[in-house]
Amino acid sequence: MSNDIAVRVDGLRKRYGNTCAVDGVELEIGRGEVFALLGPNGAGKTTTVEILEGFRRRDGGGAEVLGEDPGRAGRAWRSRIGIVLQLATAGPELTVREMVRHFAGYYPRPRDPDEVIALVGLDEQAGQRVGALSGGQARRVDVALGIVGRPELLFLDEPTTGFDPQARRQFWELVRALAAEGVTILLTTHYLEEAEALAGRLAVLAGGRVVATGTPAALGGAGRPTRVSWDTADGRRTVRTPTPTQLVADLARQAGGEVPGLTVTRPTLEDTYLELIGDPA
Amino acid sequence: MITSTQARPRAYPATAPLPSLLTTGLSRGRLEVTTFFREREAVVFIFALPAVLLLLLGSIFNSEHVSVPGVTTGQLYAAGMIAGGIMATSFQYLGISVASERDQGMLKRLYGTPLPPAAYFIGKIIQVFVCLIAEVALLMIVGVAFYHLHLPATPGKWWTLVWVCLLGGTACALLGLAASSLARSSRSASPVITLPFLVLEFISGIFVPFNSVPRGLQDVAAVFPLKWMAQGLRSVFLPPQAAALEPAHSFETGRVALVLAVWIAAGLVLCIRTFRWQQRR
Repeated sequence: MSNDIAVRVDGLRKRYGNTCAVDGVELEIGRGEVFALLGPNGAGKTTTVEILEGFRRRDGGGAEVLGEDPGRAGRAWRSRIGIVLQLATAGPELTVREMVRHFAGYYPRPRDPDEVIALVGLDEQAGQRVGALSGGQARRVDVALGIVGRPELLFLDEPTTGFDPQARRQFWELVRALAAEGVTILLTTHYLEEAEALAGRLAVLAGGRVVATGTPAALGGAGRPTRVSWDTADGRRTVRTPTPTQLVADLARQAGGEVPGLTVTRPTLEDTYLELIGDPA
Repeated sequence: MITSTQARPRAYPATAPLPSLLTTGLSRGRLEVTTFFREREAVVFIFALPAVLLLLLGSIFNSEHVSVPGVTTGQLYAAGMIAGGIMATSFQYLGISVASERDQGMLKRLYGTPLPPAAYFIGKIIQVFVCLIAEVALLMIVGVAFYHLHLPATPGKWWTLVWVCLLGGTACALLGLAASSLARSSRSASPVITLPFLVLEFISGIFVPFNSVPRGLQDVAAVFPLKWMAQGLRSVFLPPQAAALEPAHSFETGRVALVLAVWIAAGLVLCIRTFRWQQRR
């Protein structure tokens, strides 16, 4: 067992009836990393994460989380991880402070509840009942309950779904603050922008398999052909080329000045992602 | 390990002891009781409703004659409604609240923490019996104040009251936990749990004196615990000659204890077989 590896997944498989939800997933996440798992609905993200969280049994392959098998690990292991689920409502009748204090009591070395409330930016709402909070504030309570046990590894399952852009950016700051403390974070998300903003590395899942792993930058632009488009007498033309500068210079010479409607687009993470998951767009 | 601990202060070994079952169980119990008395629905429809119904039914039917001298309809209703109150605070509340905790992801969230699963059930037991004792006390006060209900006259009768509450409350709580799995969502929980409860109240001598219930329905009621709880409580609160009103012309307290004990065993088996921490989707 290596101390530098937080999560190791090897040939992970899970079937539901005749469907193979997870079909040989391989992952390795180092301690202190912020790692994003991307993929369309049904790609196997949630199943993979739920196996790692100990909620589901795997049918095959190996899984090691903080040095233990999540299918067998006990309370001591659970006290070292934090889970922020996709869907969870904290007790609406209790106040934020009551709830965070209560959950702190489950752990051997909890953080100070008031410090956690401040960290998620709910100081002003600490005395309010959870049921009276806005959606974004309630989500922060979820995060507070996920981190109050001082986890070494934090699972965030689509944490910002339904957030407005401002709330999302505030949430990102919180994730960055946790990452800066050295917490390993495994994030699943629908938003490429989110993965790009937070993750040091990411993996794209499709059809129950990892189809690509790397840094957001590597999966995005670098080394991939750039798209150059311009207007001609016969309509718009688009060319994908590894040497866009050369092409634009040629075009400018031919046009003898401005090239009409010229655009030069580097492939974004989104382009790469759509290509990887086999989307015709 | 020590050097890596210094380099990354968050990656310490989990040496602090986990909180004990007793501590976490009591903490859950406090949280559950607080939640109950803050929930408007619980306070109105679970806690206050039996007292309101007792006042209504008692006033409407108080002039009706009972064939046994020294026994009033109000006394019959008071004894029966205490049984109904026990079942409301155990079966009905637990069935609805656990179904909604499961549907809203609270159970899954708890399962993902180091909380010992037994602590969750200890919390429920504490909540059920605190609410149940308060409920029985409230109904006894209403009964004594308005319907000539006599407090148990002998230690033996007090003892019967205690064991009917204990066995009846336990049986109904286990059945409520099992029934919570029947609800597909938190919104359907209330009707799914309340409908059979209301039917039982009608045929078990709570809303209608048991000797007025048609014979066939009396036999159906005799399968379930509520009828026996009401019968046991009539033995506590009514004068001995009221036994003539029972189908067997006796309060059959031995059989009451036996039936409730059998339901506890059946309820425990049902719970173990059906209890789930996650909603099936």
